[in-house]
Amino acid sequence: MTARVHRLTKRDKVVVAVMAGIPTLLALCLVWLPAIASIVLSFTNWTGVGGLSTITFDGVDNYKQLFSINPQFWPAVEHNLIWLAALLLVGTPLGMFLAYQLDKKIRLTKFYQTAFFLPVVVSTAVIGFVWKLVYDPDNGLINSLFHTNKPGDYLDWIGSPHLNLWAVLVAAIWRHAGYLMVLYLAGLKSVDPSLKEAAALDGAGGWQAFRHVVFPVLKPINIVVLVVTIIEALRAFDIVWVFNKGAQGTELLSILITQNIVGEASRIGYGSAIAVVLMVISLGAIIPYLWVTFRRERREGNGR
Amino acid sequence: MTVRLRGRIGLHVLLMAAALAWLAPLLWAVFTAFRPYDDTQKHGYLSWPKSLTFSNFTSAWSQAQFPGYFRNTVLVAVPGVLITLLFAAAVAFVVSRFSFWWNIPLLLLFTAGNLLPQQVIITPLYRLYLDVPGLGSGSGKMYDTLLGLVLIHVAFQSGFSTFVLANYMKTIPHELTEAALVDGAGVARQFFQIILPLCRPPLAALATLLSIWIYNDFFWAIVLISTGSKMPITSALNNLVGNYFTNDNLLAAGALMTALPTLIIYFLLQRQFISGLTLGSGKG
Repeated sequence: MTARVHRLTKRDKVVVAVMAGIPTLLALCLVWLPAIASIVLSFTNWTGVGGLSTITFDGVDNYKQLFSINPQFWPAVEHNLIWLAALLLVGTPLGMFLAYQLDKKIRLTKFYQTAFFLPVVVSTAVIGFVWKLVYDPDNGLINSLFHTNKPGDYLDWIGSPHLNLWAVLVAAIWRHAGYLMVLYLAGLKSVDPSLKEAAALDGAGGWQAFRHVVFPVLKPINIVVLVVTIIEALRAFDIVWVFNKGAQGTELLSILITQNIVGEASRIGYGSAIAVVLMVISLGAIIPYLWVTFRRERREGNGR
Repeated sequence: MTVRLRGRIGLHVLLMAAALAWLAPLLWAVFTAFRPYDDTQKHGYLSWPKSLTFSNFTSAWSQAQFPGYFRNTVLVAVPGVLITLLFAAAVAFVVSRFSFWWNIPLLLLFTAGNLLPQQVIITPLYRLYLDVPGLGSGSGKMYDTLLGLVLIHVAFQSGFSTFVLANYMKTIPHELTEAALVDGAGVARQFFQIILPLCRPPLAALATLLSIWIYNDFFWAIVLISTGSKMPITSALNNLVGNYFTNDNLLAAGALMTALPTLIIYFLLQRQFISGLTLGSGKG
């Protein structure tokens, strides 16, 4: 049983209030106040210049503009979805595959794991620069290898709107697969080794053993992975900003929001409207996840 | 037997090829960084090197004033990690030791906030920073200060740490603090002398993880810092390209020097890092 509150002395009550209060106040002021302010400001045309008294509400104008006029909005939504699909359909299975292979007791497994995991340790901004060196149309590794850096046979991986999204996605998948490999490796550790051996002795091939023995055990971790992946896809920003600042072909919601602040004309109200769109999509993933997590928490709490 | 052996060899060939492909972009950056600019100009970047040099690193280091940016990073990351851990541990302690009705809502508030994309809150936050007083900027505002960066890191990162620490503290038997209570130890002493020392493993894992995350953060400083020389290294890189890093060789050297500290932390504290990453999901 947890300690009851009325047993606390007056001094202890103050201590508890400070311990819970100050961090909460900070999170409320710097995370939740801005989150709620985004919603309110999205219904205004505030540029951010002048005090709060200069704010005038103009209904859903920002949203109307966003959905019907802004030429970057729908491409951004589409690219975020493509990003998600790429991580989910390529990065995640790749991570799972690598984890499954590396979970077997083989030589050099430490080396392999390190190789796949290094991109996760390095900042996504640095990843952007490293891949920019690979993709550089004149001097990069790819165009130098394939001699596609000459006039007439020139592949502009960074500038061309037909290529640049796929180019950055390769970098994003590169990082994501390593991250998921580690999550899945941790999950696989919880698979009973005798189960795996039994499956091997029964003559179950790699794929069968995986499907019937390993995959079911990974089910709970798949929920976490799904949420992590969705959030990563919505957070995508650094690599693209470094690559080409989200110029034509690589627009993302996060980039549009940022452009409304650091661009020449700051439009607080309009930027907030894009932020609200991103927030609604994010909460669509966050709320079910928290619901699952905390329901289990409560059950476990009651079980004690 | 031979079939299994052949399978093993096949697996190694596959994994080795994949691992080398995975390392290729990083190795390309290393290769580029060690080559003199003249050599790459004359023979192309994909050519057998006539000589290798450290000069790209030394000139990137001094011309781009790396020491100043590293100093900024330290000034943000060290207090950032310490305050985040202290705050997270404090909230986790309250939530796990007492049964208030608001325990779960409070945990939700922290955890959910941490899951939002940074860009969701940046627009009002940026505007807020222009008004709130701070220390260390010319205008006396929070905007363009390292303090502002520390605070947003703490507010944003404490969610994950609170969640992890609360789960860990729940596994610590209540008899321990009950006994201390009988001995007349107040809440503060229970926290600092009993619970915190027992939380060393998750604190070490979280400290490693947070150091790397805060070091690697690119976004907050891009928007909340306007003076170039106040930027932490990861965000500064963006300005340095074009201004100081006028060729790929210098850029490669600069990017690698930026990555180096995180790689060192990772290789030294690999176990803590991996266990930290899986702490949050391991429960799943």
